[in-house]
Amino acid sequence: MKTNRLLAWIALAIGVIYFVVPLLGTFEFSLRMRRGEYSFDAYQSVFSDMQFRETFGYSMMMALLTIVFGMLLIVPTAYWVRLRLPQVRPVIEFITLLPLVIPAIVIVFGYLRLYNSSSFLPLTNSSSGTNLLLMLSYMTLSLPYMYRAVDTAMRAIDVSTLTEAAESLGAKWPTILFRCIFPNVMSGVLSGAFITFAIVMGEFTMAALLNRPAFGPYLQLVGANKAYEPSALAIIAFAITWISMGLLQLVSRFSKTAPRKA
Amino acid sequence: MSTLIDRRKVVDWLGIAPFMIFALMFLILPTLYLVTGAFFTPDGQFTFKNLADLTHPSIMSAYWISIKVSVASSIGGALIGFFLAWAITLGGLPSWIRSGLLTFSGVASNFAGVPLAFAFIATLGRTGLVTVLLRDIFGFNLYSTGFNLLSFFGLTITYMFFQIPLMVLILTPALDGMKKEWREASEILGASTWQYWRMVALPILWPSVMGTTLLLFANAFGAIATAYALTGASLNIVPILLYAQIRGDVLHNPNLGYALALGMIVITGASNILYIWLRSRAERWQK
Repeated sequence: MKTNRLLAWIALAIGVIYFVVPLLGTFEFSLRMRRGEYSFDAYQSVFSDMQFRETFGYSMMMALLTIVFGMLLIVPTAYWVRLRLPQVRPVIEFITLLPLVIPAIVIVFGYLRLYNSSSFLPLTNSSSGTNLLLMLSYMTLSLPYMYRAVDTAMRAIDVSTLTEAAESLGAKWPTILFRCIFPNVMSGVLSGAFITFAIVMGEFTMAALLNRPAFGPYLQLVGANKAYEPSALAIIAFAITWISMGLLQLVSRFSKTAPRKA
Repeated sequence: MSTLIDRRKVVDWLGIAPFMIFALMFLILPTLYLVTGAFFTPDGQFTFKNLADLTHPSIMSAYWISIKVSVASSIGGALIGFFLAWAITLGGLPSWIRSGLLTFSGVASNFAGVPLAFAFIATLGRTGLVTVLLRDIFGFNLYSTGFNLLSFFGLTITYMFFQIPLMVLILTPALDGMKKEWREASEILGASTWQYWRMVALPILWPSVMGTTLLLFANAFGAIATAYALTGASLNIVPILLYAQIRGDVLHNPNLGYALALGMIVITGASNILYIWLRSRAERWQK
């Protein structure tokens, strides 16, 4: 047992070194902008860059829209499948896992061929159409995580009893869905939302190939042209991921301690 | 009566129509378009030439580098991830370390893409922290050993930053499922620790370990943002080649681009199918 514990500490030490050193290195590098002393100049330079604010705001907006429309699509579907079509669940689950199998770059390649200016649905013709396509592509990317989160939350509640109870009280479909089902799977909706947020904020491939002014392509551009700002941006991006994942953990912990059925 | 049943059935299916239309239009049709396109010439003639052209040395080398990086980073990630997962489950570490490491893994497995490349440039690049420290304190010039972050080896270490945490996240539940009784039973029968691992634990765990390794492989194979930000277009891996092809038809044949995409789908698809199969085998023991 003694040697076991020693080995465990060694394994942990290797892991910690591997993970902490790059973060420390990045942070140290981001402070080096002023010659001879440490300073936050790189961060100042990043925050005062108009393009940073624009692209950050754009990706934020995209993330929010993706979450809203994604959930509007996924919650009713997951609900319906559990209630009425349990036999198609494996099919739906398979479809939701496909974005993990098909690389993002392949999916967006397909979009560019299918929805270009000479196609039946020329979404890439206008910037609003391309924005829409980008949002749809983010919905596709986040599908596995959103569906999994919502479906897990739905497993904990008794969908058919809730529906019958609501129906017998005279509720119509919108009421059942938005005032009965949604609040009950909120933990799933939120954890799906946070992971989607983290994915969309850093996403590069889709935005770059659709030529949208998102945060990911901006990061790449800064990386190719500047020395110290990229490290500052990496620290900022890491903080964003950390915050979204922290909130996710908080939500899932909270929902576990909450009473099971209200 | 029968019309009533039919109507209900129709309503049932209409309920998932929005999802099906979405999946068809933005997931399945775009992929099918490329897959079928791989079998046609630009004028619409059926052909296998595009697939045959994938054997062109420059394309083959791209696939080869991609496979090498993915294999190396998935095996490296799986090994270190396995030991970390073992350390926090069976290694007897305090429980705050376990929850801390799991939380961190959740973050780090999602910390990929462009910022990850920046982090490694700032650490192991020519003026990165580790490079400078090694040079100033130990007088050891990392770059004189032929090391280069913008290479196969550099990309592999960088990818492992998100591969290891993913392994930890998926393998921890599997290791949690190892029953104490199995260990005790083998000890009573006189087995050494080594025999227990070789004849009991590893045979139970190997589908999980292999399956997750395959998942890591597919994960690395489709990734592009990190590699692109790290190396620009200098390291010729498949996703970067495809990126260049989408941007500017560098292969001078749009349908060859489709074949390239098809090759990627086949490779990631095969490893995922194997993963699912292995996972179903692993679940037999986790009841």
